[in-house]
Amino acid sequence: MGISIVIDAVYFVTAAVFIIGLKQMSSPVTAHRGIVWAGIAMVVASLATFGAPDIKLDIGSINLQLMLVAIILGSAVAYITAKRVAMTDMPQMIAMYNGMGGGAAAAIAAVELVKLSAGAEGHGLTVQVLAVLGAVIGAISFSGSAVAFAKLQGIMKKTMRLPMHQIMNIGLFLAVCVFGYLVATGHPVSFNHVIIFFILALVLGVMVTLPIGGADMPVVISLFNALTGLAVAFEGFVLNNAAMIIAGTVVGSSGTLLTQLMAKAMNRPISNVLFSSFGSDGGAAAEEEIEGSMKEIQANDAAIMMAYAQKVIIVPGYGMAVAQAQHKLKELEDLLEARGVDVKYAIHPVAGRMPGHMNVLLAEAGVDYDNILDLEEVNPEFPTADVALVIGANDVVNPVARSNPESPIYGMPILDADKAQNVIVIKRGKGAGFSGIENHLFYADNTRMLYGDGQKAVSELIAGVKQL
Amino acid sequence: MIEGLPALYIFMLSAFTGYEVISRVPVILHTPLMSGSNFVHGIVLVGAMIVMGQAEGVLELSIGFIAVAMAAGNAVGGYVATVRMLEMFQHKPKPSAGQEGAQ
Repeated sequence: MGISIVIDAVYFVTAAVFIIGLKQMSSPVTAHRGIVWAGIAMVVASLATFGAPDIKLDIGSINLQLMLVAIILGSAVAYITAKRVAMTDMPQMIAMYNGMGGGAAAAIAAVELVKLSAGAEGHGLTVQVLAVLGAVIGAISFSGSAVAFAKLQGIMKKTMRLPMHQIMNIGLFLAVCVFGYLVATGHPVSFNHVIIFFILALVLGVMVTLPIGGADMPVVISLFNALTGLAVAFEGFVLNNAAMIIAGTVVGSSGTLLTQLMAKAMNRPISNVLFSSFGSDGGAAAEEEIEGSMKEIQANDAAIMMAYAQKVIIVPGYGMAVAQAQHKLKELEDLLEARGVDVKYAIHPVAGRMPGHMNVLLAEAGVDYDNILDLEEVNPEFPTADVALVIGANDVVNPVARSNPESPIYGMPILDADKAQNVIVIKRGKGAGFSGIENHLFYADNTRMLYGDGQKAVSELIAGVKQL
Repeated sequence: MIEGLPALYIFMLSAFTGYEVISRVPVILHTPLMSGSNFVHGIVLVGAMIVMGQAEGVLELSIGFIAVAMAAGNAVGGYVATVRMLEMFQHKPKPSAGQEGAQ
């Protein structure tokens, strides 16, 4: 009795610290402290669990030995991968760790359901229903996150669409519902039903994620994050664990809000993200004739243009991150500032792979975050800028989002780079952007194209400015 | 025991808490915050450990093993990734410092 009160108290404090930690993470000043506190709470809660009264963890028991091996194995793999991964690849790693959490929640449900199928005494219908709900959500989050990881990592083709994909998904969903119902109300639960139920749920996660394009992936990862939280909360009810219930629910709701914010920033309703894929249809039909041609510029001329400007706005996109040009960009900024040029960065809400991802990359390079402006702040400034330097960004500066209602990206808020006096676009080649849509900005009269790898092009610009 | 109406209350209040906590977050912290909340649901480790402690037989032990390993991966990976991202926002001049530019 005594020990269980202590452990309950630990869980209670853990839940409180998690909430405080998340609150602190919402300001750059306290964010680091917030995650450290949450980390300490997690360690304490895990250690306390070894003493939980209703589990048998005698020294030398197979349960304890296997548990320790599992903890060490899982921690070591995650620690090494998280330490090594490049900042640009962070989104898919978040997807992977999140998938692990969803898988763990599903596995917890699996153990409980297997116990029931073996004739163990149940805790009533409600608990069984919650276990099944957590299992479905966790399994979908697990397999869906795995697909998201594979796509962003480039292991898997960007979008994949089977014939009658939507109808198959609906069928699968109904099948999951039927078997979920059978398992949840089973009395006793049939072992075969449990197996079929889990396989169907895992397949559903894969099928839902397959047709979603890379551009929508951040929204999906965020959604799976929220779902995992919910699954954890449901399994918390099953295990009667307050820390899991509270932490899981908090993540579930905050993750849902975050998902909405992202979807809004991309002007893509969540239903569109999930049930249709970007540019898969109508892309070519919506294409209109583009007037003008792309005009090339040499790095030296571009450097002179920028060095004698009053104000330069840099618009970095994912291509900049891939080329690892952020450090060079910072060097260019310093050179220009030394000449009295006002340099700002314009960050589209979905620049990089997730909201805020580009800020992380620029912060890594040492860019002062006062110089980083978001869409609402920077758009009124473009008309007064002498040069907009677009590097590795494409769709987020495409003016058709404002002008052409036929375009798949119509209505998406964009950075008005085209309103600057001069636009310099650094681009690898002449192809279309991520969405496959032609960019009218590249053909505009005030736009000059600087072809080449992002890092190399910026190095040439630096050399050009230094010569002056 | 948490069940019935009190359980629903906890669920509802936690949901509103999560919504409130996030609602005033600047865009620059969205990715670290997603990673941070990803870490928070790593608390599933506690549940995985309890289930593992109660497991009997090869099948239950195997699933329990997977649960614990994945949950530990969620917690540790989420923590390290978040800390790495947030460390980049440290040691920066205060928002009012203005013209400091190059370091």
